[in-house]
Formats: sequence, C-alpha cells, structure tokens
Amino acid sequence: MRQVYLDYAATTPVKEEVLKEMIPFFSENFGNPSSLYTKGSASKEAIMIARRKVSSLIGADENELFFTSSGTEADDWAIIGIADALKSKGNHIITTGIEHHAVLHSCEYLAKNGYEITFLPVDKEGRVRAEDLENAITDKTILVSIMYVNNEVGTIQDIKELCRITKSKNVVFHTDAVQALGNVKINVKELGVDLMSISGHKIYGPKGIGALYIKRGTKISDFMHGGAQENKKRAGTENLTGIVGFGKAAELAELNSENHITKVTELRNYFIDQVFEKIDDVFLNGSREFRHPGNANITFEFIEGEAMLLYLDLLGISVSTGSACSSASLTPSHVLTCLGVPVEKIHGSLRFTIGDPTTKEDIDYVIEKLVEVVAKLRAISSVSKAKGW
Amino acid sequence: MGMYNDKVMDHFMNPHNIGELENPDGIGTYGSPVCGDMMQISIRVQDEIITDAKFKTFGCGSAIASSSVATDMIIGKTIDQALAITNKQIIDELGGLPAVKIHCSVLADHAIKAAIYDFAQKNGKIYAGLEGFDPNEDDEENDTCDTEE
Repeated sequence: MRQVYLDYAATTPVKEEVLKEMIPFFSENFGNPSSLYTKGSASKEAIMIARRKVSSLIGADENELFFTSSGTEADDWAIIGIADALKSKGNHIITTGIEHHAVLHSCEYLAKNGYEITFLPVDKEGRVRAEDLENAITDKTILVSIMYVNNEVGTIQDIKELCRITKSKNVVFHTDAVQALGNVKINVKELGVDLMSISGHKIYGPKGIGALYIKRGTKISDFMHGGAQENKKRAGTENLTGIVGFGKAAELAELNSENHITKVTELRNYFIDQVFEKIDDVFLNGSREFRHPGNANITFEFIEGEAMLLYLDLLGISVSTGSACSSASLTPSHVLTCLGVPVEKIHGSLRFTIGDPTTKEDIDYVIEKLVEVVAKLRAISSVSKAKGW
Repeated sequence: MGMYNDKVMDHFMNPHNIGELENPDGIGTYGSPVCGDMMQISIRVQDEIITDAKFKTFGCGSAIASSSVATDMIIGKTIDQALAITNKQIIDELGGLPAVKIHCSVLADHAIKAAIYDFAQKNGKIYAGLEGFDPNEDDEENDTCDTEE
C-alpha cells in the first residue's frame, strides 16, 4: 500500500546527507568537546562549524546562537529567562492565544508566580493586529512573544512590524520560529527580534536539538546550571550528533530554500484546489495569503476529524486534526478556537503539511482516498447539509 | 493502530446497522456536535421486542464503534432488556475503550434510552428503566460537554 506522510509540521525525516554527516560522531569522533586533547577539539570544531551553518540560515552571528534540546526548551528559556532577568523592571508579558504550548504553558507558569500575562487576540485569519500590540504595552511590559508561523493553520505574522512597535517602547521581542525555519526566509537582523527559537527536526534534521538566538547584549538568565558549555548559559555536555545533524540540515535548507518553498507551495495549492473541486462543504482555516508554504488546514463539515484521521491512516496516509476527540484533554484546538471557528467545525478539521519528499502522485492518491473517506463518514453521520447542524 | 483494539477497529471500519429506519417506532438523538459526538438511534418494536435498529453518528472512531455494537446488542432484546444495558456492558462488548473515550459508550447507552423514550411517549408506555431519564437534559443550551461519567 502506498504510504503518504503529510504531517511535515509535526516532524520530518532525517535527510540521508544529514544522517551521513552525523554517523562518525557517534562512535568514532565521540570526544567530549570540553576535553583538551585532539579528540575533544575535533568535536569542538564540528560544533563550531554546525553553529556557523545554523546561524547563517537565520542571519545571526555565531556567538548569538545557543543550542538547546528542542524548540520547546528554547521557548521556555526565552520566556522564563527574560522574565527572571528583567523582574526588577516589570512583570508584564504579552503573547497571543495561538502560540505553541511551549510558550503558553511557560506563560501560565509565570502567571502563577506573580507575572501578568496578556494574550492578544488574532483576526479570523490568525494575524495579530499591530494596534492591539501597541495598546497592550504598559510601563511594566518586559517581554512580547509572538510566533512567526503558526503550527496549525500556518499563518505568518508581520514580525518586522510587530518588532518595530516593541523597539519603540524598549520591550524585548521573542519569536517562536520553529515552523518558519526553512519555510520562510529569515534574517534576525532585518526582522529586529531579540530572541528566536528554532528546532532541528522540522528541517530534516534529527530530533532532540534546537537553538535559541539571543541578540548580543540581551539580558537573560542562564537556563541550565553546570559547566561552561554554550558560553555558560546552557550547561550540559553538548548533543554532538544532534548539533552536527542540525548544522547539515540548516546548510541544505539554506541551499534549497527557494526550490523548497516554490515546490511545496505549488503542491499545496494544487491540493487545496483539488479538495475544493472534488469535495463539497469544506473550508480553509487560516490565511490564503500569509501562509506556511506547505500547510493546508481544512474543515470537512458534518464529520469528525479523528474518524477521518484513522480511516486515512488505514489507507497509509498520515495527517493530524484539531478535533477535541483526538487530544488527551478532549479540548478542541486552541488555535482554531482563537480564529473564531465554531467548535463543531473545529472537530472536522484536518491539517495536511506537505514537505520536500511529497510528489504530485502522493497528492492525487490522498485526494482519491479523501473523497472516499469523507463520503463514507458523511453517510454515517447524524448531521448533514440537509439536516443542518 | 495503537489507540484502539481490533474489535473496536473492526466495528469502526465496518460498522453494523448504519442508517435510519423508515417510519421507526422510536427515534432518539443524544449528544451534540459541539461536544464532538452526536448519536441517533432508530428502532422498530414488535410485541415489546426490538426487531431492528439503525444508527447515525457524528463522532470519533470510538463513538462510531460504540453505536455499531450498541445497535447489535439491542436487536432481538425486549425493551426492558435493552434499557438494562449499561455503558460498562458496551465497553465490555468492544473489548475495552481508552480511558478518554469512555464517554462515547455513555453516549450510546443514552441514545438507546432516547429512542425507547420516544417509543414510550408515542405509545403511552411507562418503563422502570426510563425513570429519571430525560433526553433533553443535556441540550445545546448547556455549554459544557460531558467528558466522563
């Protein structure tokens, strides 16, 4: 049976060239980068090269990039580290309702510890309005954290404009760019951000490696306390193979950037057009214009997402859903809720994300099966267009 | 598939008794699309015996599987026997459901009761098993969704 993976926003396979680059650093060049002898300095050198490659992908200087264990750790560090470092200045943090849980839950943790958090609303496409940010900033505001590209609906924010506002008010700006990396052109200097979180496994690198960009001069508390790794800010023996893999993946992403964006955009648009042509009562969640090139988040009315997901899985197709029924907490997607999508229509949402290995044949197969699955579930459903919700 | 056992998957992939009976003797709906699950069961009754049952369900895999197995369970049973079916028995018949999906089985036993309630109303009958049951108690004005029972 054909296998079609359409969940590249969840994670990506490690590219062969990336894996090849990593292999020697498991058993052969295994030295601790902190060791002074040759085997150690070889590892240190490998990390330096990788840091250069990852920095280059986001337009940062090498000494402004700090490796972490994940995008989540980078988000946690940025938010908790700034809150701690600037607590004498204020206790107010601004974020949005559509952030990844790594940001939302870090903010909720701070809220329990005396910080005030403002969650900005978004418009129906998922965009933050600049005036909402401007109006939310007070003299107690120390940090604004707004994600670059949303993981569920793919909405791209105008980070440059939002940064301009925080800069004029002397407030630190962090962006979670985990979904943006490799999918939009990023230059931290042009954007003007103070902190940016990124992750390796979304760009065909390994899992377990992320990074936080910290603009030179930004006051932030250290995150892991121990040795002198990562300029003493994030202690712990480096994830050597992960860092090397992230470096190679970043190098390939930079080389392949335009091809990748053009290709996935075309396939994604083809997919959306086909869905709209072949299936009735569907709508696109998010923005058509400001959108992650590979993302299609679509609601199929009158049926439920987990049921669709399971049927598609049995046909070899991997996707995800915003339905409450698929989450352990039984709560519908907080992102689609913020966009104002009615709850019953959130249950019927599926997220498809297209990646480098996706082909037109894959898309045609998915469309064919999707038509069948939707028809089958609509025949079972107790709600329909005729009956209404 | 890791989440559901083979029996649940079988009922989900090939559900029994899909549809809606024509001129049913009783028809009832339980749940709401807002909560992610809404089940409709229609029944045919002859001499106090449920001779046929069909379902239509908006919901996840376990809701569809619960509907399928619940309609199987009531066909051939007397009204009193059908009313005695508990969500625990539906879960057992399915060989178990994940903890977060238990409410789907509750939905199924309530949908059975809702169909019988309709039959009882139409025919002026009173059943001990329906005592205290009101199919409209969790109507849509109620904005909280049952997630456990």
